[in-house]
Order: sequence, then structure tokens, then C-alpha cells
Amino acid sequence: MQNIVSIKNLTKIYDNDFQALRDISLDIKKNEIIALLGPNGAGKTTLISIICGIVIPTSGSVTVDEFDIIKDYRETRSQIGLVPQELSLEQFEYVFNNVSYTRGLYGKAPNPSLIKKILKDLSLWDKRNSRINELSGGMKRRVLIAKALSHEPSVLFLDEPSAGVDVELRQEMWETIKDLRKSGVTVILTTHYIEEAEAIADRVAVINKGELLVVDNTSDLVQSMGQKTLLIDLHDAIESLPLNLKNYNLTVLNDGLSLSYNYDSKSKQTGITSLLQDMKEAGLRLKDIKTEQSSLENIFVELVRENK
Amino acid sequence: MNYYAIRAIYLHEMDRMRRTIGQSILSPVISTSLYFIVFGSVIGSMIPELNGVSYGSFIVPGLLMLTLLTQSISNSAFGIFFPKFTGSIYEVLAAPISSLEVIIGFVGASATKSLIVGIIILITASFFVELKIQYPILMLFLLILTCLTFSLFGFLIGLLSNNFEQLQVVPLIIITPLVFLGGSLYTIEMLPEFWQKVSYFNPVVYLINGMRWSFYGSSDINIFISIISLVIFLITCIVGVAIVISKGYGIKN
Ligand SMILES: Nc1ncnc2c1ncn2[C@@H]1O[C@H](COP(=O)(O)OP(=O)(O)O)[C@@H](O)[C@H]1O
Ligand SMILES: [Mg+2]
Repeated sequence: MQNIVSIKNLTKIYDNDFQALRDISLDIKKNEIIALLGPNGAGKTTLISIICGIVIPTSGSVTVDEFDIIKDYRETRSQIGLVPQELSLEQFEYVFNNVSYTRGLYGKAPNPSLIKKILKDLSLWDKRNSRINELSGGMKRRVLIAKALSHEPSVLFLDEPSAGVDVELRQEMWETIKDLRKSGVTVILTTHYIEEAEAIADRVAVINKGELLVVDNTSDLVQSMGQKTLLIDLHDAIESLPLNLKNYNLTVLNDGLSLSYNYDSKSKQTGITSLLQDMKEAGLRLKDIKTEQSSLENIFVELVRENK
Repeated sequence: MNYYAIRAIYLHEMDRMRRTIGQSILSPVISTSLYFIVFGSVIGSMIPELNGVSYGSFIVPGLLMLTLLTQSISNSAFGIFFPKFTGSIYEVLAAPISSLEVIIGFVGASATKSLIVGIIILITASFFVELKIQYPILMLFLLILTCLTFSLFGFLIGLLSNNFEQLQVVPLIIITPLVFLGGSLYTIEMLPEFWQKVSYFNPVVYLINGMRWSFYGSSDINIFISIISLVIFLITCIVGVAIVISKGYGIKN
């Protein structure tokens, strides 16, 4: 698939000599949803801000649709929509006017019917004549999204879109993001919520301390890095592990009614077959079996720990 | 040129003026009217004519300048500082706009506002004193040039300010005294010789006298020197803003 954003050897050292980004290279594919996942202070906002023209890079280069973000800033920026992390809005502005204002800034002729559609899609139409300071936090975030969409960008950056948004609205936001992708937009979002990346991202880029640790398809990442757990329910409770099972990495749960077995899904020999064989020999009767995938959360913690 | 962006910034700024119409227009009009009542009518009636002009009329160009300067500076300083303060400046930085376009939008709106206020003050003045303008085109030229120059100066202050205090310090500590001591209410000749000499180092003296010349055809300072000094200050401001912006606006990291 074609790349829309291409980041090459990007570094950023702030004026106070703090190095926020270390040699980041990353290609973002057209029409994908990619999550930049990392703890607070990882450098996610810095990375986004450089691509959008708000922060000046120290070295390296970024192209958007083959245009250089510094030399050809008009071409790159007019394709980009940005939803910032902070609710940075002028409190006394009216919703409709303020969204239209952003469209103007991006050099587009006024288009009230488009603004109307965007506000309707984001359930803000009722609030079009409200002042921003009359809105709830979730609504303000949606106003920021409306502003970012007002000039019909092909690349949308969402910096921590669900920060401060309650669970119900978060689901709605995810739907909105998926719809946007359907309409052809490439979405880059940052998050430190693993569920968010897992729920909507095609790919995940894990960032910590200014370094890009890993980029992979969300499902592959989970799979390849994943520890799996096999949960076995027994018909009859056991008092202790039969001797021939002592060599397996088993934990007795549930007053002897369940066993859990951890294995690495990457390895060729998971040991499941022989475990089941040995259980049969020991005379244990199985009631139910299920496996659990370890979540991105565990993977993430693991990666960040290794990075320390 | 991104005309829609310039237009958007310009209208957005003008909109703020409409919302704060009391603060933007009423307060300068009221304070100027008070000057006319106190200095023009009450005290002025006891002062002899200056160069054949009644005292009330004499102070009109000076008071006009006083308002133009303070208004232009505060309009544009606040105009650019406010989005910095709220954080909404991010969209100006991220938009496909050149620095020049940003400046035209903000400074243009600020200058327009001061121009409107200036004209309202002239109209107000005409209710209190006899007003005759000898060189109206020159007057309008000076009016616009002053509004633009000091709006640019205010823009620079707004860019460099990191808090409200800094925003107000320059207009309050520097501009207001310079204007009051710049011969808005008196002619330089009325001062003791030493202070006359000091006055020639006050740039505002040149501005006010230039404006007064356009009204009455006479002033303390040659009109060309006045215009040249205004243009020099304009160029200084342009260079200043250019330098600050090339270093990332004082906003970009
Ligand atoms: N303007 C700045 N000056 C100096 N350091 C900064 C500046 N902005 C951010 N940083 C630092 O850079 C690091 C990365 O910040 P940021 O990109 O905001 O991280 P994230 O968005 O992943 O939480 C943090 O340690 C932060 O303190
Ligand atoms: Mg951040």
C-alpha cells in the first residue's frame, strides 16, 4: 500500500536540551488507522506537532504525500487536520463560526452546508449557536474534531482523542473515526489507553522515551509477542498436582477445579499436546478448555520494561 | 497568497471588536470627550490662542494621536497574545499560512479598529470645538500610517509577551508618558529650554506635530521630518517582527 506520511530519522531536542525524539523513522500507509502508543512524556505530541508545523524539528525529515513539511508547508498542511490534546479553544466564540474560521485559515472558500454536515455528524448541530464555554468537555473535544475536519483533510491527527471522554462517548468517537477511515481519511492517533489502540488501530507504533520500539499490525503484535494462557476446568477437584504433571508450568485454581497453563504462542512446541496426554494418563477428566490471549497492555508493559 | 486565511483572521479579529464594542469604542470616546470638556472647554477658555488656533482645537491632533497609538498597540498586542494565552494559536501555526499573511490579518484588523476609533473621535471632537483640517489627504495618510505602524509595534509586543503584565507594561510605562510629554496638550516652545531639547528625543513629538501640521499648517517640527521619522519607525517595527518570526514567533519550539 502507498505511504502517505513518511518520517525519516527525526530527532527533536528542545531549547532546554531535553531530547524528546530519537531518530524516529516511520511510514504511515494511506487510509490506515495507526495508533502511537506510549506513556506520558514519550514524545507522541512532539512527533505530531512536528508533522503539523507547530514544533520545529532538530534534524530529519517528514514528507506528506511526497511534499516536504517545511519546504512545501502549504501543500502538506492543507492536507492535514489536527485535533490537539488540550482543549485549546477561545471560550467566547460560537461553535458554527469557530468551525468556519478554521476552514478559512486553511484557505478554503466558505461552505456552510459542509460545516452543517460535519456538526450534524458529530451531534453538535444543536449547539451551533452556543458559545464554547457553554459546552461540556466531551462537546469541546468534538468541536476540535469538527474544526480539524472543516477543511476536508486527507490525513487526520488525533492527539489523545479519548482523554477526559467517558466510556460511552469513547465508543461513539471510535465509530466516528472508523467512519472517517471509510471515507478515505488516514488517521493517526496517540493514546496511552491500550484498549483504544486494540479497538480501532490497524497498526500500532509503540513509543517510549522518544524512541520507536516497535511498529506492527495490531493483531500480529498481539500474536507475535503474546503469551497465551490455557485454562482447563476439571470435572472433579484435585487436592494436589499428580506427579507426572509436576514438570509443567501449571497453577491450580478454583479449589482444585481448574488448572491454568502459560505458554508462548510463538514457540514451535507449546507443550499442549503432551500436557493433555499426561493429564489423561493421570486420570483427570476435563470439563472445559479455553485459551486467553494476553492483551496489548501486557505486551506494552513488557516492551517498556525491556527499554529501561 | 492564502486570501481566505487573511480574510478569516481579519474577520475573526473584527468580530471580537464587535463583541466588545463598549471596550473597543465607547471607552476611548468617553475618555476623549472628558479631555475636551476639561482641557478644551474649561481650562482652554483661560488659555490664549496658540499660533492663531484656540486651545480646544489645538489639542485635537494630539488627543487623536494619543488614542490612535494606545488603541493600535493594545488591539494588536491583545489580538495575538490572546490565542497564545488560550492555546488556540495552534491552528494558526498549523494552517497553510505564511507569516506575512498572519501579520496582514492581525495588523490589518487592529489598524482598521483604530482607524474607526480615530474617526469617531474626530466626529466627537467636532461637537466640542471648531474643527478645520487644512490638508485632509495628508491627515488621512498620517492617520493610516500611524495605525499601521503602531499596530505592527503592538503585534511585536504581543508576540514577545509571556503574560498579561508584560503585555501592559510597554503601553503603560513607555507609550503613555511619551504621548503626554510629546506635546499633545502644549507646544514645545512653552517648555523651559532644557526640556525643549529633551523633547526632541521623544519620537512621539514628531508624530503629534506631523498630525497637527496636517490640521493647521503649522507645528513645532518640519512636516517632512515628521513623516520620515514615522516611516523609520515603521521600518524598525517590520524588521523587529521579521526577526522575531524567523526565530519561531516566540511561540514555536
Ligand atoms: N516545549 C517544551 N520544552 C521542553 N521540553 C518539552 C517541551 N514540550 C514537551 N517537552 C518534553 O518532551 C517530552 C515529550 O513530551 P510530549 O511529546 O508532550 O509527550 P507525550 O505526548 O507522549 O506525553 C516530555 O518529557 C516533555 O516534558
Ligand atoms: Mg501528549
